[in-house]
Amino acid sequence: MADEALFLLLHNEMVSGVYKSAEQGEVENGRCITKLENMGFRVGQGLIERFTKDTARFKDELDIMKFICKDFWTTVFKKQIDNLRTNHQGIYVLQDNKFRLLTQLSAGKQYLEHASKYLAFTCGLIRGGLSNLGIKSIVTAEVSSMPACKFQVMIQKL
Amino acid sequence: MSRQANRGTESKKMSSELFTLTYGALVTQLCKDYESDEDVNKQLDRMGYNIGVRLIEDFLARSNVGRCHDFRETADVIAKVAFKMYLGITPSITNWSPAGDEFSLILENNPLVDFVELPDSHSSLIYSNLLCGVLRGALEMVQMAVEAKFVQDTLKGDGVTEIRMRFLRRIEDNLPAGEE
Repeated sequence: MADEALFLLLHNEMVSGVYKSAEQGEVENGRCITKLENMGFRVGQGLIERFTKDTARFKDELDIMKFICKDFWTTVFKKQIDNLRTNHQGIYVLQDNKFRLLTQLSAGKQYLEHASKYLAFTCGLIRGGLSNLGIKSIVTAEVSSMPACKFQVMIQKL
Repeated sequence: MSRQANRGTESKKMSSELFTLTYGALVTQLCKDYESDEDVNKQLDRMGYNIGVRLIEDFLARSNVGRCHDFRETADVIAKVAFKMYLGITPSITNWSPAGDEFSLILENNPLVDFVELPDSHSSLIYSNLLCGVLRGALEMVQMAVEAKFVQDTLKGDGVTEIRMRFLRRIEDNLPAGEE
C-alpha cells in the first residue's frame, strides 16, 4: 500500500490550508504554528496509544525517547532518527539528517524561512506521544540546512 | 520469520492509522475555523482537489496502468487499483446509468472514518468529502471532468458508503497556437 504519498500530500495541504486562511504577519504566523502543533498533538496522542498497546513497559525516560526515535519514527517517517543526544537533565536533541517532510522542498537556502511551517505538526506529534506516556514536554525544531533538522525536547519536571 | 511478517503488517496498519488520525485532526480543526458545515465541506473538497492533481502523477508512476478506453474501464481502475493502492480497500462498482456515464462506488468500510462518530451538531458535515475532491482532481489531470458526491454515508446511519460519480465531459487539450 502506498499511503505514504497520501500522508505527505495531506500534510502539505494542511500547512497551506492553515496559512491561506490566515493573514500575513508575525502574530498570525505564530497562530498558524500553534494550530498545526495542536493537530499534531492530537494525532500523536492517538497514535502512541495504538502503538504501545502490546509493548513492554518502559524502563525510564531514556527508554521512551529511544522508542520514539526508533519505532515511532520508523512508522511515521519510514526511517529512524539519526542521532539522539541528551544532557541527562531532561533535554534531548533528536537529529534527522533527511527529514521526510522537508525532502520535497528545495534544499537551498531559499525556503529556509518556510521550513518551520513543515515542522510544527511533527513537534506536536512528539509532544502528544510523550504526553500520553506520562511525560510533559516542550518540543521545538530548528533547521540549519535542509533537509536535515533537529528537534529539541525539553522535559517538564512535575 | 513469521514474527517479522507480523511486524510488517502491523507497521502497515499503523501508517494507515497515521493518515486516518491526521485527517481527523484536520477536519476537527476546520470545524473550529469555519462557521458552517457547508464551508467545511467546500474546504475539504478543495483540499482533496489539490491532492488529486498531484496524486495522479504518483499513481501513474506506481501503477503502470495504460490509457483507459472508456468510462467503465476508468471505473475499474479507480476501484481496483487506485483505492486498493492508497486506502487498502476495493470498493464495488454498481448502479451504472443506462448511458454509461454515471456509476456508484460502494465502500463497505471506509478507513477515513475508523475512529469517528459525528456529533449531532454537525449533521450536514460530509466527513469524507476530501475523497470526492481527490477523484475530481485526479481525473481532471487525465482529461476527464467528473462530478463526485456522497449519496450514502455510514456515519449518517446508512448501511454502506456510496460515492456517485458522473462523467461530465472530456477536457480537450488546448495546444499552444502553431503546434500540432
